[in-house]
Amino acid sequence: MFETLSDRLTAVFQRIGNKGRLTEQDVDEAMREVRRALLEADVNYKVVRDFVAAVRERAVGEEVLKALTPAQQVIAIVRDELIKILGEERVPLQMASVPPTIVMVVGLQGSGKTTHVAKIAHLLKKEGRKPLMVAADVYRPAAIDQLQTLGQQIDVPVYTEGTQADPIDIARNAVKLAKDRGHTVVLIDTAGRLQIDERMMQEVERIAEAVRPTEILLVADAMTGQEAVNVAQEFHRRLALTGLILTKMDGDARGGAALSIRSVVGVPIKYIGTGERVDAVEPFYPDRLASRILGMGDVLTLIERAQEQVTEEESRELEQKVLAGQFNFEDFLNQLQQIKRMGPLTQLLELIPGIGQALRQQQVQISDDEFKHIEAIIYSMTPEERRNPDILKPSRRKRIAMGSGTSVAQVNQLVNQFKQMQKMMAQLGDLAGGRRGLRGLMRSRQALAGLGDADLEALMQQGAFPPAFGGPGPAPMRKATNSPKKGGKKKAKGRRR
Amino acid sequence: MVFSRLFRRRAVPEPQLEAGLKKTRRGIFKDIANLFERSEITEDLFDDLEALLIQADLGVETTLELLDNLRQRIDRERIKQPADAREALRTEMIALLEHATRNRKVKIYQRGVPYVILVVGVNGTGKTTTIAKLAKYHQDQGRSVMLVAGDTFRAAAIDQLKVWGERLKVPVIAHDPGADPGAVVFDGMQAAYNRHIDILLVDTAGRLHTKYNLMEELKKIRKVMQRHVAEAPQEVLLVIDATTGQNGLVQAQKFAEAVEITDIAIAKLDGTARGGIAFAIARELGTPISYVGTGEQVTALAEFNPVTYVDALFFGEDEEL
Repeated sequence: MFETLSDRLTAVFQRIGNKGRLTEQDVDEAMREVRRALLEADVNYKVVRDFVAAVRERAVGEEVLKALTPAQQVIAIVRDELIKILGEERVPLQMASVPPTIVMVVGLQGSGKTTHVAKIAHLLKKEGRKPLMVAADVYRPAAIDQLQTLGQQIDVPVYTEGTQADPIDIARNAVKLAKDRGHTVVLIDTAGRLQIDERMMQEVERIAEAVRPTEILLVADAMTGQEAVNVAQEFHRRLALTGLILTKMDGDARGGAALSIRSVVGVPIKYIGTGERVDAVEPFYPDRLASRILGMGDVLTLIERAQEQVTEEESRELEQKVLAGQFNFEDFLNQLQQIKRMGPLTQLLELIPGIGQALRQQQVQISDDEFKHIEAIIYSMTPEERRNPDILKPSRRKRIAMGSGTSVAQVNQLVNQFKQMQKMMAQLGDLAGGRRGLRGLMRSRQALAGLGDADLEALMQQGAFPPAFGGPGPAPMRKATNSPKKGGKKKAKGRRR
Repeated sequence: MVFSRLFRRRAVPEPQLEAGLKKTRRGIFKDIANLFERSEITEDLFDDLEALLIQADLGVETTLELLDNLRQRIDRERIKQPADAREALRTEMIALLEHATRNRKVKIYQRGVPYVILVVGVNGTGKTTTIAKLAKYHQDQGRSVMLVAGDTFRAAAIDQLKVWGERLKVPVIAHDPGADPGAVVFDGMQAAYNRHIDILLVDTAGRLHTKYNLMEELKKIRKVMQRHVAEAPQEVLLVIDATTGQNGLVQAQKFAEAVEITDIAIAKLDGTARGGIAFAIARELGTPISYVGTGEQVTALAEFNPVTYVDALFFGEDEEL
């Protein structure tokens, strides 16, 4: 839906031409795009204004490094500054010197408080601590049941006094009980409340006064818009927050709210929620969030997902094959199936910098059904043919086409692209520096960061990816037919000041 | 000015929406009023207006288009006075939101034939609360209502719906946690037909629109309904949180792709959020917006009306407290 910042910056610098040094005019044009990208990521308007001013100052006059295009240079500066605001290092959960540590979780309705109380309890339990969860939301129907159900799942006790009790008493009694029973951490789940609801804000203030929490964490939905700042500011003013949990980051929200809250309130982001299961919580990595806010794709997430699917051994084997130029259709089929398990293709491609962009530019729609033809063709080959594509003579190709319900042209195309891919893989092996190998490359974040958009694009151009992967092959891709809307957008853009 | 309003069903008397919002709108009204309190229409006015609209979550593109339309109107009507420009802005904002009402279909309720409402949305937007409010509304209209606990995933979601069922004295069809939602929906459909229920409200688990298999599950639920009755669900209601930023647009688009959304409800408008995402949705998608929710009270539901929405959120008057 949104063009990425790197798309836009690339366009800007193409227009004004590449130069060795970023002039004031270059930077001004670029900053307009930066501003827009941040606003589309829901970063607060005022935060964006200050941020852009700071980046502008730093960027003007900067020499463009040899290895980078001006667009990349600007992005690097922007990213750098984003990371600075987001907090360069991880701040762990503070533990009280005298147990129990008391963690209170607050936020708006539906931000994910109850789920995250359970997730953190689960984490702490795995660390060998002895948590107690406290059901202090007496308002929402079945909120207590929800915490109890989660408590059973993770085998952590829940303290409750039902829905008639006063949340302040509940919290106070729970802490007392925790001390008696030797619980080292008390996690208090409070009711969702609007920051302008005076009565409810007083209630949560009184809970805080009664139990003096070690940590007061604000739970914020990654999808929150411009109001995130006001919400966080008010909670902070009344409770002195110590940290932030950013939830629903498994969706496609850019999460600009986190930047707003972080820069206005200043408390560190402590956890990222990435799903509904109790183990779907991650520590916070500022560099990843920075890339995401800028819409730059997330190669690390992609790699993590891939790692979930592929065992160490499999990947070592594959690496050997790739480097030796022995990657065959059987391996390819395996890869396809692994990729399918990782999620829908369009979503995966979005995670790769440059590729999502290329797809959007060409208005290409990719459906996982495209895999079916490829699979059918490969399934129609004999094991011998799969292992040794060189023996695929015309008569064999004809048989395969008939067997798979495709045409000889489609079979030819797949085979040709496969051969190109083999060639590219060998090159990739060289690029990785031979000895270190593909796996080394995959592991090394540095190397990955260095593999910029341009490289991936170049790979695509050269046909490194089969059509289904967004390579330039024409047949299995469909040009999107619903282009009128796109035209409308372009028009609106032209009217920008 | 808006004749189509005459033909619209009115959920709750409109004053309710205004009252629900008014307490919380202090600040923005004043900001808008101050904006137009200058001697002439200058470029600064547009700059400030841009800032204000973006801060209300309209998004960059929608804001720029709105400002463009405003400029054109000011030229066309030779507006010179800032006060008139304010009125022109109001007109343009209402016009934009009417994209979200003109495709709205007239709802036809037949006695004894279940009118099925499938309620969907991402996690934590207020689906269950909206269902309770809709149940209350239809009950007050003298219709019989039944609820289906289609969220079998989230801990205690079934209990939450049952609590509402008890409070409203409405039957709830539910299976055990972890059951197949399609199966619960099937039972719900059957029960509603056997008992000649007028309104069947189906809750579903919150799901992010990026989760492929969960979106497929929704399609399946819809298919189960259609196997029962071809025209069901008569309404597919997407609930969007008013505090949502630009992701709301993607949500609306993806849910519409999966299950043909017929109506949108904007929930939680009692906060300080300006609900600007409604404008972006109206402009980009034109999916009908039908309801607004303004709080935890079971009666806090109103019909979405462009005029009321714009006035309540942007052009009201600050009350001195």
